[in-house]
Amino acid sequence: MLEKALTGSRGYWTLLAALFALVVVGLVTYLQQFAQGLGLTGLSRDVPWGLYISQFTFLVGVAASAVMVVLPYYVHHYKAFGKLAILGEFLAIPACFMCVLFIFVDMGQPRRVINIILHPTPHSVMFWDMIVLNGYLLLNVVISRATFRAERAGRPPPGWVKPIIYLSVPWAVSIHTVTAFLYCGLAARPFWLTAILAPRFLASAFASGPSLLILLALLVRRVTKFDAGKEAIAKLGEIVAYGMSVNIFFVGLEIFTAFYSGRPEEIEHFTYLYAGLHGHHVLAPWMWASLALSALALVLLLVPSLRRNESVLVVACLAVVGALWIDKGLGMVVTGFVPSPLGHVTEYWPTGREMLIALGIYALGGLVLTVLYKIATTVREELEA
Amino acid sequence: MKRRSFLKIAGLGLVGACGVPVAQAMARAGSTAPAPNASNGKRWAMVIDEKKCLTKSGCQACVLACHKGHNVPTMSESRHDVKWIWKEQFVNVFPERVTPYTPAAMKERPTLVVCNHCDNPPCVRVCPTQATWKRPDGLVAMDEHRCIGCRYCVTACPYGARSFNWEDPRPHIVGELTDYPTRTKGVVEKCTFCAERLAVGKRPLCVEACEGIGCGALVFGDLGDPNSAVSALVRGSELGRRKPELGTSPHVFYIL
Amino acid sequence: MYSVGKIILGLGVFAAAVTAPVWYGLAHGNGSPPELQHAAEGKDCIEPTAFMRARHMELLDSWRDAVVRRGEHVYIATDGKHHDMSLTGTCLRCHSEPSKFCVRCHDYAGVEVFCWDCHQQKKRS
Repeated sequence: MLEKALTGSRGYWTLLAALFALVVVGLVTYLQQFAQGLGLTGLSRDVPWGLYISQFTFLVGVAASAVMVVLPYYVHHYKAFGKLAILGEFLAIPACFMCVLFIFVDMGQPRRVINIILHPTPHSVMFWDMIVLNGYLLLNVVISRATFRAERAGRPPPGWVKPIIYLSVPWAVSIHTVTAFLYCGLAARPFWLTAILAPRFLASAFASGPSLLILLALLVRRVTKFDAGKEAIAKLGEIVAYGMSVNIFFVGLEIFTAFYSGRPEEIEHFTYLYAGLHGHHVLAPWMWASLALSALALVLLLVPSLRRNESVLVVACLAVVGALWIDKGLGMVVTGFVPSPLGHVTEYWPTGREMLIALGIYALGGLVLTVLYKIATTVREELEA
Repeated sequence: MKRRSFLKIAGLGLVGACGVPVAQAMARAGSTAPAPNASNGKRWAMVIDEKKCLTKSGCQACVLACHKGHNVPTMSESRHDVKWIWKEQFVNVFPERVTPYTPAAMKERPTLVVCNHCDNPPCVRVCPTQATWKRPDGLVAMDEHRCIGCRYCVTACPYGARSFNWEDPRPHIVGELTDYPTRTKGVVEKCTFCAERLAVGKRPLCVEACEGIGCGALVFGDLGDPNSAVSALVRGSELGRRKPELGTSPHVFYIL
Repeated sequence: MYSVGKIILGLGVFAAAVTAPVWYGLAHGNGSPPELQHAAEGKDCIEPTAFMRARHMELLDSWRDAVVRRGEHVYIATDGKHHDMSLTGTCLRCHSEPSKFCVRCHDYAGVEVFCWDCHQQKKRS
């Protein structure tokens, strides 16, 4: 099946070459970081986690969102998602893979990562995060391989894959819940210490993941003969609408609790995010942009005539991904550290090399995604021919 | 010879060859034991007498002694600071004791901070490799050989007590190196209540330095020993602790 | 169908490439085990040479765990003598130049050690 990825149009090979070039740049930059230490990032004693961990957090959401296609199609037999399912599963795999890579490049002593397995520590949430993330990657590889091969041979999927598909549904929820638990169990960080963090993560995942899937499915329809179907796209659009509404509602809940209670340790983090503290406000314009994009997305998604227009849906999905990427990928992690436990405001912004490494990882994920999608679309085209 | 027999003999031969290193490993090796003069405490703790400390304006004796003795680097960028013991403004250490009417001089008065060696340490709870762990004698220990540099402990500490090595610290160590191993880039470090000194019956460097200049603001000892100085202080008067509402039960006490 | 000459030539190139490290090493004088400089001639190590040669890393790892994780500082050797478990304080008192002892063998054997990232009390210039 992999040989399907070895033949393609000029555009396909150009895309692969461009992504590969970005991967090489990222890798070379990472080797510099490996030699010099994480000091070449913008991180600091007060802000020990930044771009890498926030991208991991965002991508766990994208990986988990595959459940929004798997659940209706395999469990509730919603036939319209028949062609979309493989695109969703083939998105979850590179998303998981990128999560693992982002964690790896964030480690101070990457050669010793094996210590997590040599010295298992069940009271550490990070131990469980490693297990559920790798387990989910394995589940998705097994499920997509089995279902795809069956589809290609024109027969129903083998019986043994059914219970594994059922397992992947709560497992998908668990990967993002455990990732939220990394943050929301820390008394040291009041900004994250909220029971609603896990539901917020899930809501934003179920908005941003399917949005990304819609954008990819429409792109695939444009450049190949693979059409996921108008009904599938429309239904996914409804799912995004619900996910985004719930997500914005949850943000509102957080803001109310913080400001109505008046507790300084809650208020000061939100103040830093949206207005800045002591003259430090690098994130504020981004957060307002995120709010504006969220408002735009909400309007476009909640008005049915707008949502059903696929061109408008593209704008809405871009707005959703943009807004939620800013929220999770920029705002959430860093704000937990500002101000620090000793009351200091140390700002964080990624350095150029840090961004190159992140870009390299995204490019590698994009490479895997392109190859997988090429295989899926080529096989489908051959089946329908 | 039939293929099956060959494979059987080859397999057995391989297993047998493995016996050589196994036998070697099981051969007699030495054993380990605590030093005869090791300090045996049930629960180590420290009391910081801020009133005494403030009598020595600008004093850094404990900081210098600790950082020199442990080869703690002086980084060029403050965002990469590595520190085990240092002074913060009072308002940042005990914000709940500052009112709108507290004079600026009181708000800003230098207050010593170290790792609190909590009874219920969040850093230990989150470490995925047990590179930091709680010893039976109460000390929160650090194994820089095992640390993978994930900085989860730095994130979890409510006191900002931990430092990560963002770059190789060795070029930034001022003066001659002492015998304590330096650390490498990519690992976390913090105050260890001088575990290596306790193991040979000595007291922490900061405590000795403070006594050495005739101040005695730092008192260190075993809370499990009812006759120790720390026991008397802790049981004798109302002492402050940092962020007690978080449930960490810190074991660095303050006379404020 | 295929040319025997090309196959033999290809095999030859492959053999040369695969054994290239050996030729490189021989050409640069790495063909024989290195000269090790013992700073304290005549003194015995804490364990017999054969033991140390085979198991010194195992010993150091067990010292690491004993000192750092259990707070123990005394090593009772196979001959019953007591030693302080310290790379710097015990081993390096005799093998005071790691670059002329440890590193020479490790370079020759191609086994990376990073003990000296931390356990080296002379600063690198």
